[in-house]
Amino acid sequence: MKQVAANMAGTVINVLVQPGDEITEGQDVLVLESMKMEVPVQAQASGKVVEVKANIGDFVNDGDIIVVLE
Amino acid sequence: MNKVLIANRGEIARRIIRTCKARGVATVAVYSDADKDLPFVREADESVHIGPPPVPHSYLNVEAILAAAKSTGADAIHPGYGLLSENESFARRVLEEGILFVGPTPEVIGQMGDKLTARHIMEAAGVPVVPGCEQAIDSPDEAAVIALSIGYPVMLKASAGGGGIGMHICRDEAELRQAYQSAKGRAKAYFGNDAMYMEKYVERPRHIEVQVVADQHGNVIHLLERECSIQRRHQKVLEESPSPFLDTATRELLCNAAVTAAKAVGYSGVGTVEFIVDEQKNFYFLEMNTRLQVEHPVTEEMTGIDLVSLQLDIADGHPLSIKQEDVKALRHAIELRVYAEDPVTFLPSPGTITLYQPPAFEHVRIDDGVETGTQVTPFYDPMIAKVIVSGATREEAVQQAQSAMHHFLITGIKTNIPFLQEVLQDEQFRAGNYTTWFVTERGAASSTEKR
Repeated sequence: MKQVAANMAGTVINVLVQPGDEITEGQDVLVLESMKMEVPVQAQASGKVVEVKANIGDFVNDGDIIVVLE
Repeated sequence: MNKVLIANRGEIARRIIRTCKARGVATVAVYSDADKDLPFVREADESVHIGPPPVPHSYLNVEAILAAAKSTGADAIHPGYGLLSENESFARRVLEEGILFVGPTPEVIGQMGDKLTARHIMEAAGVPVVPGCEQAIDSPDEAAVIALSIGYPVMLKASAGGGGIGMHICRDEAELRQAYQSAKGRAKAYFGNDAMYMEKYVERPRHIEVQVVADQHGNVIHLLERECSIQRRHQKVLEESPSPFLDTATRELLCNAAVTAAKAVGYSGVGTVEFIVDEQKNFYFLEMNTRLQVEHPVTEEMTGIDLVSLQLDIADGHPLSIKQEDVKALRHAIELRVYAEDPVTFLPSPGTITLYQPPAFEHVRIDDGVETGTQVTPFYDPMIAKVIVSGATREEAVQQAQSAMHHFLITGIKTNIPFLQEVLQDEQFRAGNYTTWFVTERGAASSTEKR
């Protein structure tokens, strides 16, 4: 199973995909905010979104799985 | 001045407390929930809780800060850097409450905060500015016409922007038209002001700034320059003084231009005039920072002058106690900013510091805001410490910096120390041969090597 992991620790300020979406590698799936910096998280693989494990306002750590792909 | 409230946090709050203690001035710290266990809160004589962690609810909450000053009887407020330090209406509110503001007048803060106004004032005073347009640009068509007259590449800038935010390099008309719309929208969202202007883009520039000091009686001097070209994400990571790029004649011209700039705006307090310097050593005014800067210790270690102490004297109405001829570059100083971030991607790395052991040698100064056990939270800037070294020569200062980095131990979070070590080992850096593109070009080189 393919998945997308957070590239830094921070608060989720925007979720850009939902289950059922077809996404391509490099596409922005989520925006994190930490230490005065906004960072988009990009899909590390292409595929269909099965599950989004983060909601707006959640705090995620570097390496946490945030999107699961089929 | 008997009691100073510090409207800031972390290392700069500690730095200000240090000078206040040495002068016998009492201090008040203000803190958010996230910062209650930090050293600066303990070290101040008094401390006042001002709200929850996000800055709009605490460190930018003007009324909470003023209430803290009133309740503790503080007769002055030092804003540090960032946060409210260059906020014209905050400075005005402080004065309205009958409290001294450690900084220039609200009018000067306002004038220099607006990049277009600042540009006009400098041009009128004869300070060189980057070729560009003089008015806010109203449409993409107008932008295209102006760009043609300046010549590509051009830099599209948000009038209210700063610190690299709101700037776009455009190499042709298509790029300019595209950037114009998005930049305007972003400027509105970020700064509440979408006025845009344009400048000639200087290729391979150096960022060199001059420290100025002015009292309320019209005396203005400079404390030489700082070279700040080593930047990542348009933010400085290493600064040094004297600049390895300037010759004596250029240095004199640059420093005199900074004094002219400060006089032109009727400046009082410590301030910094930033310049962009091209490969032929032509320099142009970039902006003026109307506050103490992060890198002020470089100047302090080079000249032996305490800038915070000068700030307090000036705010108190005293005339300058030093003259231009007293200012000498006694040593070569380098500052390294230690950030809680990934040393390769430069992405933030909040977390708990499980061990914090800064180096302790002669000629190594540590200005920090954390200790073992500190939670580095995601709410604030990632800078956790500054290491300032000095040597009789640049070579000696670089060696000192390497040794300091080698002995700095931080565990539990990622830091940029490995990155700083690489910079110090870089041949181009050692030769003093670098521009603001240093980090970008090094990154490109190392990713080519990996391939």
